[in-house]
Formats: sequence, structure tokens, C-alpha cells
Amino acid sequence: MFNSISVGVRIAAALAATTIAGAAFAQSGEVNVYTYRETKLIQPLFDAFSKDTGIKVNTISASSGLEQRIKSEGEHSPADVLLTVDIGRLEDAIRAGISQPIVSPVLDKLVAPQYRDPEGHWYAISMRARVIYASKERVKQTAITYDELADPKWKGKICIRSGQHIYNNALFAAYIAKHGEAKAEAWLRGLKANLAQNPSGGDRETARDVAAGKCDLGLGNTYYWALMINGGPAQKPWAEATRVILPTFEGGGTHVNVSGVVLARHAPNKANAMKLIEWLAGEQAQHMYADINYEYPMRAGVAVNLTIAGYGALKPDPLPLAKIADNKKKAADLVDKVGFDN
Amino acid sequence: MNSPPLTLSRSNAGGPALRGAVASWPAVKVLGCAIALLVAALVALPLASLARFALAGDAALWPHLAAYVLPVAAVQTALLLVGVATITAIAGAGTAWLVTTFQFPGRDTMLWLLPLPLAIPTYIAAYVYVDILDPAGPLQTALRGLFGWRVGADYWFPPIRSLGGAIFVFGFVLYPYVYLAARAMFQTQGAIFADAARTLGARPWRLMRDITFPMARPALAVGIALALLETLNDIGASEYLGVQTLTLSIFTTWLNRGSLAGAAQIALVMLALVAGLIAIERYGRRRQSYQLSAQDGRIATRITLKGGIAWLATLACLTPVVLGFFIPAGFLLRETILRGLLTGFDPELLRHTATTVALAACATAVVLLLGLAAAIPPRLVRLPFVRACAAVASMGYAIPGTVLALGLLSPLVAIDEAINWLSELMTGSQVGLVLAGSSAALVVAYAVRFQSIAIGFVQAGLARVSTEFDDVARLLGAGPLTLVRSVHLPLLRPALWGAALLVFVDCLKELPMTLLLRPLNVETLSTYIYQFATRGSFEEGALAALLIVAAGILPLIRIVRLAETTPGGPSAR
Repeated sequence: MFNSISVGVRIAAALAATTIAGAAFAQSGEVNVYTYRETKLIQPLFDAFSKDTGIKVNTISASSGLEQRIKSEGEHSPADVLLTVDIGRLEDAIRAGISQPIVSPVLDKLVAPQYRDPEGHWYAISMRARVIYASKERVKQTAITYDELADPKWKGKICIRSGQHIYNNALFAAYIAKHGEAKAEAWLRGLKANLAQNPSGGDRETARDVAAGKCDLGLGNTYYWALMINGGPAQKPWAEATRVILPTFEGGGTHVNVSGVVLARHAPNKANAMKLIEWLAGEQAQHMYADINYEYPMRAGVAVNLTIAGYGALKPDPLPLAKIADNKKKAADLVDKVGFDN
Repeated sequence: MNSPPLTLSRSNAGGPALRGAVASWPAVKVLGCAIALLVAALVALPLASLARFALAGDAALWPHLAAYVLPVAAVQTALLLVGVATITAIAGAGTAWLVTTFQFPGRDTMLWLLPLPLAIPTYIAAYVYVDILDPAGPLQTALRGLFGWRVGADYWFPPIRSLGGAIFVFGFVLYPYVYLAARAMFQTQGAIFADAARTLGARPWRLMRDITFPMARPALAVGIALALLETLNDIGASEYLGVQTLTLSIFTTWLNRGSLAGAAQIALVMLALVAGLIAIERYGRRRQSYQLSAQDGRIATRITLKGGIAWLATLACLTPVVLGFFIPAGFLLRETILRGLLTGFDPELLRHTATTVALAACATAVVLLLGLAAAIPPRLVRLPFVRACAAVASMGYAIPGTVLALGLLSPLVAIDEAINWLSELMTGSQVGLVLAGSSAALVVAYAVRFQSIAIGFVQAGLARVSTEFDDVARLLGAGPLTLVRSVHLPLLRPALWGAALLVFVDCLKELPMTLLLRPLNVETLSTYIYQFATRGSFEEGALAALLIVAAGILPLIRIVRLAETTPGGPSAR
């Protein structure tokens, strides 16, 4: 491995090339996107954007820490746009001081006020809901509230991933925002008492457990189920054994979370970034969000995918999303306090 | 010095001859201090930047942690570590002892097979075993079909998503850390002890208990520590398997409580605990010397096993390989074929493979150099300061990857700022982020994190090289460079190959730091797989996972061959 000098030279050259490339990302005709959406998933959108506009999209995707990276990079940061998948992350980015207002009358018309920052620091571009995967065989009821999940009649019949995962954290934070901490604690204790096993796995494993008969109800995001039912022969049966129910808060709607977009404070390609942001809210992109990612489009008039439509009409809870972000810490503390994951 | 004592002797390290040697090399003293300091600084900088995060917050988090998190997380973490230590010690050191002491069917093949689980990323193994052993998996489904059972009602099956499941997965994927460390040591243990003990009528297992294992203790400690730190730093597999570790609370605190300060505080407290445990282990063997005699160059001949016992030895070696490698790799192969990942080959994968291998190779070279630079000065310059530097330099491994990456950002950008300032001064224009935005950041990150592997292996290797060698070389007029080049390096060769292999494969698999620090448009095989994993369909990344395995196996074969054919006896050169 080390005795070949030529290999070493070639490696050094390759690395030098990426080093130089690293310094050269602030160029015209490009836009640099830091994304919490997986590149593979979002690449088709970027390809379509490049085809439309001739602007090349450079990406880096990660699961956490991107706002910290942009903050550390400071004024030299190549970041133009940050794409996130959780309202908490959007607010984190604003708090980290890495954003600047997106001034766009186009977006203001397309995105309802509930789904954007009052000062324009973030706009939601797609939406998902946290729903119930119910066993077709063992669950007869077709409507359910989140509150009902704490009802002892479900004792030993519910599966869920870690209470500290951002999807559940946001749901619990929404519950706190709507009903207060005391009621939320009682609800979480009730839900914990109903779990068939300690929280683990992901939303897909939750569906698998329901399908195998380990539990009757599972909590998951809308698009996982769509991915399974439209996926390969191995996972299709898991979705087929279950039915998606859109639960609601008492006196409210279904808990939704958003993926959103932030314009970086020191964006070197600001004009291109604005083009990309507006393009993502455009008709073509919104169709792609609906059909490739199985998400709810933000733009009125763009139809949801047929699979998602099969869940029934979504009635998003009216709670302003910022309230969810405000209660994240309380939700995390409550999960510890009631020993939800233990 | 003619007949090395059979029992462990008090160390003669720092004896009069060596003291004299150091005193006459004042330049070495200065140089040694400088090198040690530089290497330590590389790790100290990100740690300092974490300390800065930690100090920016208050201690408000701790009452909550003490009341609700630590009671459970501390116990679960401790049980996980004890379990993993047990499995890796038995599977790793046990198999290393078997292949070193005995000849049995398939023994020579085992030398190649035993390190293989190294090439399997832990979280991939976790996914695979959950897929196979979960209630919806093929095994339980088949059982239900066969007996008409229902889940939960009619039968009990050990849950894979549990503490026990995590111990199983971590243990059988990570045991090669112990195997490689132990094998390198057993190989250089001269024959004289074995011969003497056998002459005195000691059975092999007695030899193992009283001589082989106690003498390999530094190496076993390094191997087990590496496996445990790897366990401790994991985040994906633990969360997936539903184990509440202290590491998970770092992430909860950072991401859900929005407190990077709190997260850094927990990480630093854990680092202190780890450093404390390692110090206690070292203290426990402070009076013992593990040095080889300078005159014992032969390798003990292997005992040929026959009949049932021989096949039992084969089975004992095969079991961890099957669990840690063949089952996960077989599963990946099956998925690759079933999903048509070969026929629908993603051409991007070739580029990602090249990137991954280039980064890993570069980082390995850097890490080995740094490892030598950190571990050799304490041998030549016996000052507490130099030893402390080596200790600091090996701390990168005790910090979870993502947290370490966060700590690295500021120092890297600070260097870039300086470069820009210089460039502005000289050319009037700025160059942007030369370091932080390029692959160089990843090489630095890998170096910081994996240095401790090289340092650990080199130190354990040096501990077994008698200072007699140094004295003799010195008497013959050798300078410090000659001593290192002609005496230490050749004797360290098995340890260096072992370290190179571990570091290279660790870099191939590395995920959290690569995710956060890689440049725009750069993917490694790990980050490529991760995109599918977060989407709940890691099987789509099966081919990429196999490519990691393949990229790991090729150097593994070469290094095993080199290590196995390197003259084991220290005086063979």
C-alpha cells in the first residue's frame, strides 16, 4: 500500500484537486446547497433545476451540525442555501445567526403564513404528517386521536421509535404547546405504558412490527409507508398488512412537520440561491416533491401523490410551527422524566 | 541477562545505561519535546474548542441528567461495555491464542478470515441482524409458519433490538481489534518461555493463563480499549437497537435541547472518565515489564492438535468469523443480487470508491507517521511532559465523531483565516476556505481520531522491546535516528502493520465526521450508504457496503501476509 510512490503521487494530486476545487466554489453559474435531505433524494430536483436555468448545484448532505458548520465557516462560507427537514432545525439555523431574510413576493403568495417565518428567514417547501400505521387485521377503528394512544385499551399494543428522535420530539413538543406540560406528561406516561417494547428501530421497523403482529398500532411518517407500498417485494407486505390513519389532536388537526429552506447569511451566489429557492416552490418542483418523495406539496393546486391521497384528506393542525420549535427542549426533558425510552 | 526470568520482572526501563544515553543527546531532548508537543496540539486544539463550547453554557443541565438520564444511561452503558469487553476478549484473544499455539485444520486460512469483520461497519451489521432476527424477519416468520405460532403469544425469541442484541452485534464485529493486537504480541513472544514452561510440564492452557496472556496484557488492553471506545462512540447502532447510552444523551442535549454547551460538557466528562479508566489500567501494571529478551529470537513451535479437539479449535475460530463477517456480508450480497444493484450499477459508485480509498490511504500514512512521532519520543526522552503529550495525542478516539468534527471546525477555519490574511497581504486577493472546505479537513479529522490506534499499537510494541537493545545500540555508537531506524522500526513492524490495517479500514468505514466535514459534491461509500439508511432502506446501499468490504479486504490480505511472514523473533534482523 505504501511502497508505490506513483500511487501516493496520484492520491496527493487527487486531494490537491479537491482542495483547489474547495476554494473555487464561489463562482457564477453555481449555487451551493447544504442539505439535511439526502442527496440521492433531492438530486432529481437539482438536475431539473440545472436543466431549466443552467445553474450548477453543488451539494453536501449531513444528518446534523450543518448550521454549526456554516457558523464556523463564517464569512468565507460557500453555503448559499440550507435545506432542512424539521421545524426545530429551521429555528436552530435562525438562532445560530446564519440566515438572512428571503425577500420574495412570489413565495409570500405561494406559502401560507403558518408555514413561513414572519421575518422571512425560512419558508417551508414541503410537508409530512406523523400518523398511525394500524394493523388491518386487528384494528377495526378508522379514526383515532393522539390522546387516545394513552388509553389503557391499547396496553402492550403500540410500537414507536425513540422518543428523542426529532420526529417524535416535534410531535411531543406540539402536544405540550397545545395542552400544557402537565397534561403532556400524563399523556406520555400513558403512551409509554401502552408500548409493546422499548422504543427502538426506525419508522420502517415500526411498520414491520405491526405487520408481524408484535403490536397493533405504530407511529410513523406519511412517506415511509408510501415508500414501502411502492417499494420492492420485500417491504411491500409490511405496508399491505397495515392501514394509515391520520390521527388528530383533540379539537385540532394532524401533526405536521415541514422541510424548509434558509438563505445563508454570507451566500456568495445570492442571486442564484434566490432562483433556486423560488424554483423549489414552483409547479414542477412541487410535483416532484409529491411524486418522488411522497410529501405534501406546499403549493396550492399541486396534487398529492395517489398513495398519499389514499390516506384521506389531511387536516393539518393549525398550531404555528414556531411553537413546536419553542417546546422542543421541554419535550426532550419530559421524555427523560417519564423514562420513555428506558 | 543470559536467562530471562520466567515470571514477570520489574522493569529495567530507565536504568543507568539509558539515562546516560539521554543525557548525552540534548538535541534529542529538545526535538523529542517539540515533536511530542506538535502531535499533541493536533488533538488538543479541537478539545480546546469543545471546552470553549462547554464553558459558554451553565451547569443547568446536570440536575436533570442526574435525576432522569444518568441512572439508566450509566448502567446501560456500563453493561454494554462489560458485555462487549467480554465477547471481544474471548473471541479476539482466544482465537489469536489458538492460531498462535496450535496447528489444526484450516488454521492457516483462519489467519486471513479472523480479521474480516473489521470491514463491516457496525451500524450495517446492526441493520442486517435486525432484518434477520426481528419478528418480521425470515427466521421468526419461518418458525411461525412451521409451528403456527403467533408473535408475543406463543413463543419467546431473544429480541435483537435490546441491550443483549447490541452486545452481540458490537462484540462480534469489533473483536478483530483485540485479535490483531493480541496476535501481533503473541507472535513476538519468544519461544523461551514456552519451552521452559513445557519442560517444566505445563499444559498449554496453563502456559496461556500464567505466561502468554499476562505478558500480552498491554496489547490486550489496547485492543479492548479500542473496541470499547468504538462502542462508546457509536450513535446509530445504539439508537437503532434501543440502548440508552451516555453518547445518545450528548446528541439529545445538542439537537433537542438546543444546547451545544451541554453536549460538549457531557462529551468532556465522558472523555475524562475514559482517560481515568485507561490510567487505572496502566497504573495496575506499572511495576510489570513485558520486555522481550534481546537474545530470544525463536518462535515457539505450534502444537499439532488431532481428532475432535482439532475440529473444535476450527469451530471456535470459525464462529466469530461467521457471526461477524459471513452473515452480514452474505446478506449484503444477497440484497445486491436481489435488488439488481449490479445490473443497474450506479456509475457514481466508482468515483465514491476512489475517493474513499484515496482518503483512507492518505489518512493512514499520516496517522502512522503521527503515531510514531507521538509514541517514540517518550522512549527516548523520559520526561513526564513527553509522556503526557502522547496521552493527549491518543484522546481523539474517546470523543464521538460528530462532536469531534464540531470541535475541529473552528481550528480549521482559524487556519484558513490566517491563510486568507496572508494571501490578501501578498496577492491582494483571498482564497476562501482552503482547509475547512476541502478533503484536507477529512484527513486531519481522521488523523485526530485514529491516531490513538497507531500510538497504542506502537506503545504496546515498544513495551515489548527490551531497553537492552537501546543500550547495546548506544554502546555500539548508534545515534538516536539510527536507533529508531535500525532497531525500533524493524521490531515494531508487526505492530505497525496491525495499526495500518485498523486505521485504513476505520477510515473506509468512518461516517459521522465524514458526513459533517466533507467538501461539496464529495461522497464516500459510507455517506452514500447513509442516504439510504436514513430513508429506511439501507439495502439499497448493499453494493456500496460490499465495496467497503472489498476495499478493506485487499490491504488486509496484503498486510496479513506481511505480518505473518515478518520474522517474529526480535533478533531475526
